[in-house]
Amino acid sequence: MKMNGARILLESLKREGVDLVFGYPGGTVINIYDELMNVREIRHILPRHEQGGTHAADGYARATGKVGVAIATSGPGATNTVTGIATAYMDSIPMVIISGQVPTPLIGNDAFQEVDMIGITRPITKHSFLVRNPKDIPAIVRKAFYIARSGRPGPVLIDFPKDVQIAQAEFKWPENVDIRGYKPNLGGHPRQVEKAISMMLAARRPVMYVGGGVILANAADELTALARRLQFPVTTTLMGLGSFPENDPLALKMLGMHGAYAANMAMTHSDLILAVGARFDDRVTGKIATFAPHAKIIHIDVDPTSIRKNVRVDLPIVGDTKDVLAKMLLELDKQAASLKELLKNLTAWHEDISGWKEKHPLSYKQSTSVIKPQYVIQKLRELSNDDAIMATDVGQHQMWAAQFFEFHQPRTLLTSGGLGTMGFGLPAAMGAQAAFPKRQVICVCGDGGVQMNIQELATMVQNRLPVKIVILNNNFLGMVRQWQELFFDKRYSQTCMELPIDFVKLAEAYGAKGLRTEKPAEVEQVIKEALAHNGPVVMEFKIAREEKVLPMVPAGASLNEMVLNA
Amino acid sequence: MHHSHTISVLVENEFGVLARVAGLFSGRGFNIDSLTVAPTNEEGLSRMTIVTRGDENVLEQITKQLNKLVDVIKVIDFGDGSAIEREMALIKVTAEDESRAEVLRIVDIFRAKIIDVTPKSYTIEATGAPVKIDAILELLRPLGLKELVRTGAVAIGRGAKGWKG
Repeated sequence: MKMNGARILLESLKREGVDLVFGYPGGTVINIYDELMNVREIRHILPRHEQGGTHAADGYARATGKVGVAIATSGPGATNTVTGIATAYMDSIPMVIISGQVPTPLIGNDAFQEVDMIGITRPITKHSFLVRNPKDIPAIVRKAFYIARSGRPGPVLIDFPKDVQIAQAEFKWPENVDIRGYKPNLGGHPRQVEKAISMMLAARRPVMYVGGGVILANAADELTALARRLQFPVTTTLMGLGSFPENDPLALKMLGMHGAYAANMAMTHSDLILAVGARFDDRVTGKIATFAPHAKIIHIDVDPTSIRKNVRVDLPIVGDTKDVLAKMLLELDKQAASLKELLKNLTAWHEDISGWKEKHPLSYKQSTSVIKPQYVIQKLRELSNDDAIMATDVGQHQMWAAQFFEFHQPRTLLTSGGLGTMGFGLPAAMGAQAAFPKRQVICVCGDGGVQMNIQELATMVQNRLPVKIVILNNNFLGMVRQWQELFFDKRYSQTCMELPIDFVKLAEAYGAKGLRTEKPAEVEQVIKEALAHNGPVVMEFKIAREEKVLPMVPAGASLNEMVLNA
Repeated sequence: MHHSHTISVLVENEFGVLARVAGLFSGRGFNIDSLTVAPTNEEGLSRMTIVTRGDENVLEQITKQLNKLVDVIKVIDFGDGSAIEREMALIKVTAEDESRAEVLRIVDIFRAKIIDVTPKSYTIEATGAPVKIDAILELLRPLGLKELVRTGAVAIGRGAKGWKG
């Protein structure tokens, strides 16, 4: 049957199992929106800004593991998605972005709302396609989704000129997808796995260093099983939080710039690091020259470019982390005697670690007069469900959430780790809530970032997405202020927000519920009231204004040179 | 230690491939000494020859990053000399009075060709390994080099096997 290109696109999305898209109409996607009225299987959420829509699709993808889909019109609509695409790219989030484009004959003519979207997004997409012929659409969509979700996932852009949306063609869904230049290497090499196991069994001071790759590959169960079998302590990156339950005695919590003392000390003193789906980012390693000087490094990653990019690696294993960890578990079955021996050998190391944990746990000074942000985060954990999803923005609150929330399950923390995008949290929470209407979704943000996509409150109210938004309000751009305090002689250049916003009234203006307190004694009550409300709520907590995120490894310092009190 | 490496990249002959490869080099701060690209005997397949520099780690990243591009089908790193390399240069050189004979002698020694003649100049076509082109240029330069175009190196593996093995 012949149909127009717009319809072929939607039929193709249906074949990919897409049931929800976030998009914003405009001149060069109007044909898609017209056809959308005929396709009931795809639910569409209209954000108030394309950036919000893209982050929402990203949040949906992070929470579900499925490919998030966003649509924007050509020109400014498309460029508004750029921050969202870059955010997803840096954190390897599977997304397909469909941008409208001016009609093919006008491309390159500086037509109205024309922009070279493929050119703009080339460095921030895993791949991109320009649709030239309506008959190619099914194959392009199939490839785009396959590329987005396989291997190391990432965003894929489909640039879709208006005339191709109108042109007619036969809809023919390709049975298979085969891209000769793209064959991700998923199966870990058995010989490498064997070698790794013998290194692991010989270790005396091992650490598992776990990143977002474990969550992306749905490998948290295998990881947890392996850590418990080997009794290896586990530290996670920001992106890896949730891959290993933080209430487990083996958990060292997050490492790196604002990581736990025990985690950074364990890395520094380890003799073996098993890196799983992590990329030795500069926020994690500190000064490379002094990073883990005594450790042999085993690095498991699906992306060969991540291996040996920043640090030397003694044993690389390219493969899907789920596959490699499963093979490791099988290999361990054959090594019962050595395993017993290993567990005996680890006693001293576990004692060292307990010592570090006791010496400097993640902590803060409680106050009865002013709300401490860490206290709010702890109360959120205490009062929310175990499977509650938390989205954050970027800055101090993000680090407090990472340090004090205690994540138990994968895909329960949605945060922009790589790009560090302010304004990410609120729309990402919206996307997660759209995927899981019944689960608690909490967005933690600061008074700075929340104003970068505050307009999505309207989308939440309109679509009955009952996200609970926590604003830790210090009337500062807090993280930059902290740097200015510590490294710039307290010269607070442009970090005081000066104009206090009435966030309660703002919430109410959008039709959401607004709550506010500045009293520590009322924190619990406010959270309870918000969680009990069946619509979106904005909770504004006026917090200790100059509270700092600690510990802190200053940029360029070694991991064990932590500022613990300042 | 910075080595010059010649890398062959077999790519889909598709829209934007050159931009992706070039963007990868510029975005990640890799060097390109020369880059050539043209279709191959297989339909839809083009071959790039890139001459680049860097230490071992940089070259490992370059080949890995190239392999990661969806449109890249195969990357062959010829290293420092496992391939036959050829380059062509078109050289316009001043040739008046006694230097006319000198240019002709140089052209003869290098088995190059004169492809255009005027009373004041010769245009020369020279082919060979890049070092040979460097050598002829060195001899011609004192005589008055007016214009130079080099194709950049192309490379092919030695022996009976094609790139598919």
